[in-house]
This record gives sequence, structure tokens and C-alpha cells, in this order.
Amino acid sequence: MACIELQQIAHRYSALPGEASAYAVQPLSQVWQDGGAYALLGPSGCGKTTLLNIISGLLRASAGRVLFDGVDVTGLSTERRNIAQVFQFPVVYDTLSVADNLAFPLRNRGLKIAEIETRVATVLQLLGLEHMARVRARSLNADDKQKISLGRGLVRTDVNAILFDEPLTVIDPHLKWKLRTELKKIHQQFGHTMIYVTHDQTEALTFAERVIVMYEGAVVQIGTPQELFEKPAHTFVGKFIGSPGMNVLPCATDAGNLLLAGKVIGKLPYSASGAGQLELGIRPEYVSLVATAAGNPDSLPAVITAVEDNGKHFVVRASINDMPISAIVREGAAIPESPRIILDPAKINLYRNSHLVTA
Amino acid sequence: MVVPVLLLVALSAIIPLMTVVNYSVQDTFGNNEFFWVGTEWFQEILQSERFHNALLRTLLFSGLILAIEIPLGIAIALAMPRRGAWVSVCLVLMALPLLIPWNVVGTIWQVFGRVDIGLLGHGLASVGIDYNYTQNTLDAWATLIIMDVWHWTSLVVLLCYSGLVAIPEVFYQAARIDGASRWSVFRYIQLPKIKRVLLIAVLLRFMDSFMIYTEPFVVTGGGPGNATTFLSIDLVQMAVGQFDLGPAAAMSLIYFLVILLLCWVFYTVMTSHDNETQNGARRAGGSR
Repeated sequence: MACIELQQIAHRYSALPGEASAYAVQPLSQVWQDGGAYALLGPSGCGKTTLLNIISGLLRASAGRVLFDGVDVTGLSTERRNIAQVFQFPVVYDTLSVADNLAFPLRNRGLKIAEIETRVATVLQLLGLEHMARVRARSLNADDKQKISLGRGLVRTDVNAILFDEPLTVIDPHLKWKLRTELKKIHQQFGHTMIYVTHDQTEALTFAERVIVMYEGAVVQIGTPQELFEKPAHTFVGKFIGSPGMNVLPCATDAGNLLLAGKVIGKLPYSASGAGQLELGIRPEYVSLVATAAGNPDSLPAVITAVEDNGKHFVVRASINDMPISAIVREGAAIPESPRIILDPAKINLYRNSHLVTA
Repeated sequence: MVVPVLLLVALSAIIPLMTVVNYSVQDTFGNNEFFWVGTEWFQEILQSERFHNALLRTLLFSGLILAIEIPLGIAIALAMPRRGAWVSVCLVLMALPLLIPWNVVGTIWQVFGRVDIGLLGHGLASVGIDYNYTQNTLDAWATLIIMDVWHWTSLVVLLCYSGLVAIPEVFYQAARIDGASRWSVFRYIQLPKIKRVLLIAVLLRFMDSFMIYTEPFVVTGGGPGNATTFLSIDLVQMAVGQFDLGPAAAMSLIYFLVILLLCWVFYTVMTSHDNETQNGARRAGGSR
């Protein structure tokens, strides 16, 4: 187990001649504390996997340094970094039995037979695979194969970190939950530094203590699940996290008032001076619908375009002057036919050029 | 839906085969007169030393061919580049020998090995090596084997290469994470993944080498003496040279059955792991 430090790490894949290669990972510095559970969240192609492979050494970054506990490992091979990595698709050694698969990384490192047997037995039990220890790995289903991939990381008790690259992609939905819970338990029990790459926000938010959101090769926000939800640092984070994502609407200011669609909807929550396009962000959870303007001077008339029932609550899709806005209404509540919309002023975030304006 | 296939197989294989079966149980002295002899020809062939020797020679030849071409083919396939401009160059170079007709290959080597004018034969003679494939048994065998290796190793290479490039990169990455040695990567990832194409390679090379005719016929003509008289050459001598249709037909059938039997053995041995796996899975499933 180790504290992993990235110093000004950047990567670009080689491009065709005459073509400028875009950064897969833009220069970034980041410290992963020893024993932390992190999630790297972002859409496909945002550089998550590239970053993970740079940490494990499968990829050499074009620039920057990687440090494990303060020791520079930038030039070290994957084998010598002592990292475990679980990939998106299960990797098993077909001809070996389940137990031999788990013993494989230990044998390669020349451990004593008795030691190997003990550790393999422990991991078999941990993953609930004892009954198939002697079965050839080829014949297992994808779920069990992925458990073996995971187990090959867990048998190595001295690994610096365990990296997960969307490990639950091929797993049955009902098992995903179970495995994620098991992972969390394993993390609490052994305290490995874990970095978990995913594009699934639920996975990221339930697994990690801290979530790193990436977008187009750059880290746009690092925070607890709560922070990502309440104070997205970038409109992308607001839209990406949450279902449906945050409403982002162009707005304006006038003498300390906040204007939406040309109408005052309240006082400016905090000063937001500066140049560039100003937008307000508000979660659908904090948007409410009322029937009349009476007693609600800050409400705006809206037209409902659709109502989705997702079981727990209604998602109301509406528009104010052709600006789409979503609201979450609890199940059973009445939805007015021609509603007016109120935004909770305490929950409004302001963005200038897509970045959060802070007070 | 099955009828057209059956008809096709009947016309192309079963009916011609039946005429051979017909010959194998009869004797003829010309004039279209035939006498029923039962299994006499089969007994004669199976007991004849000539057949035993030819069979042993053919088995030895196929054994040597497999022992050389399979490992060599795998080794070359492993060494070939996976991407880049050199891939096409290598593939074309590998495919070249496969495009040359059998008798041309034979002729090339027949001339190549001649002591008087051949580059190989003359070259060896000029450095003082006593090489003559028309007189020395060992030289004749070496020439035929090197010729076949030159001609057909490419096939094994191409099959193995196709299997190797189909292995996803993530397996190699996992092996690096697990600290696997180069040998372990080959033993536990590459070899299992190319096993199916390797089985095809082994079967094709076995059948082809076991039936080899044209090249030894052109290069050595079965000699010196009977040293390179393989089953196929022996069979043609018997059927065409001596016009012994009955024994030749019986020998054809035995020849065919031997090939069938050996292919079955190869197939069974090489796929035994798969069956074991299925049984293992069934056992595991049952104990759940």
C-alpha cells in the first residue's frame, strides 16, 4: 500500500504525421492518499483509462512523474511497480484451474508454496469460489471470471494499489450491487489504496470516498459525492451527475437581482462580476411547480412538455420561453396544468464560462 | 436440405470409394473378367513386408515433418511483427512458397540439390561435404524434409499468426500486472489461445505429409533403392506400374483408414482438455 503522487502528468498518443495530437490526459497533478478509495468518473474517451494505465505503468506518460510513497517510479515497469489492476473484460488463464489462476501472480513472484496455499484459500473464501477451486477457469461464466481477475489482485497482500477499469461492465446487474458492496468491505478490511474507473455515476458515488470527475482529458472536479451534487465546479459535472442532470440556464444580473428569461426571479445569491457568459445551475430536485402566481412573486410561467414516471417520483420536462428545464415532483403530488416554476434561491449556483462562480 | 449435400458427397466421394471397395475384393486377369477373392488382398497387404516398410517410412516422414514444422512455425509466428509496415512484407514472404505448385517445388529442389549443376549440391561439394541425394539415403531424406519444411512451414506460421493476433491486448497487460515471464505468457496465454488453429495446422500438415507424392516422385523417385518409397509412391507403382488393381485397391483402403485413424487420434488428444473442462463445469454446476 502506498500513497500515489502524480506530478504534472500529461499524455498524448502519437498522431499521424502532419496532424497535431490532442492530449488524452492534460497536464495534471494529483495525490492519492494511502488507503483511500477513489473513483475516476467521466464519459467514454475522457482519458480515465489512460490515466489508470499511466499509474500502473502499462503506459509511459509523455510528460510528468509518478511517485509511490515519494519514490519516483516513472521509469519502472508494471511488474516492478507492484500494482494490481482489474480490467473491463475478465482475463483468466483458460487452462489453469481457479485456484491456479489465483496462485499465478504469487508463483511468478516466487513465494513459498505454503504461503501461496494459505492466501489462495483466503481469497477463494472471500469471493465465494471455494466449491470451484479445481475447475478450469475457461468453463466459468463472465461473473465468476471477473471475480478471479479481482482475486488475482487480492491475493497479493503487499500491492501498492488496486486499480479497477470499469470492472463491473460485464457483470449481471443484480450481481453488480453485491460485488460493489464486497469491494467496499474488502477495502475496509484490508485498506488497499483503490482507484476505480467508471462512467457510471452510481458506481462512483457508492464506491468512493472521493470522486475525481474527468472531462476531455482534464480533471474538472475532485470532491465527495455530496460536493459533486450540491456544488458542481463545472456545468459538465452538474449535467453528468444526477438523473436527470442539473438544469443549466442562461441568466443575467441587474442591480443585484438575478434575471431569467428577462424577468427578475430573486436577489443575486452572491456577487458574480466578470466577463463571459453567465449561467445558473439548479438541480431538478430544487425546482418546484406551483399553480398560481399569487403569493409567489418570483415564479415564472412554464409549459409542460413531458412527464416521466420513474417509479420513485415524476420527472417533469417543461420549458420557460423555449428554455428546457426539468423538475422532480414527488409521486402523488398534483402537477398543475399551466404551472409556474420556482427555483430554490439557496440552491442556485452561478457559472461563468461553464465554471462555478464562487462567493 | 440434407439431400443435396448427401447427393454431392455420394457423387464426389462415396461412389468412387465404392468402386475401389469393389476392386479390393476381386481379382482380374483382363477381359473384364472378375473373380471374388474376399479379404485375400487385405490379408496379403497387411502381411507384406513391402507395405510395412512403406508405412514405417511414411510414419517417420510425417513424424519428422510435424516435429520440425509445428515448433518452427509457432516460433516464426511469435517473432513476426503485430503491426506496422513489416506485417504485409512478412505475410507476403510467408505466402510465397505456398503459391508454388508441388511438382515445381520438386523440380526446384531436384535441380537445386544436384551435385553437378545445383547451387546447393555443388556448393556443398565445393566445401568438401559429400552430399548426393541420389545415392545416399540420409541425404535423400534430408533433402525431402528440408524441401517440405521450406514449402509448408509458412502454412503453420500463417495459421498460428492469425491465432496470435486475435488475442486481445488486455491479456498481455494482465500478464504484466501478474508478473508473468515470457515463457508463462506463451504457456498460459498464447498456446491455449492458438490451440484451435494449431489443431488445424497439425491435422493439415499430418494429412498432407502422410499423402506426399509429387515432390519425392520428382526429386528422388522413391530412391535410392526404396529409401524414400512412401505409401503413395508404393501404391502408384503397384496400381499403375504393375497393374495389380486388387491389391492396390485394398492398400488404398488401408491407407485411407490409417489416415482417418491417426487424424482421430490427433484430434482426440488435442481436444481432450476441452472435454475435461466441460465435465469439470458440469461437476461444479452440480455441487452448487
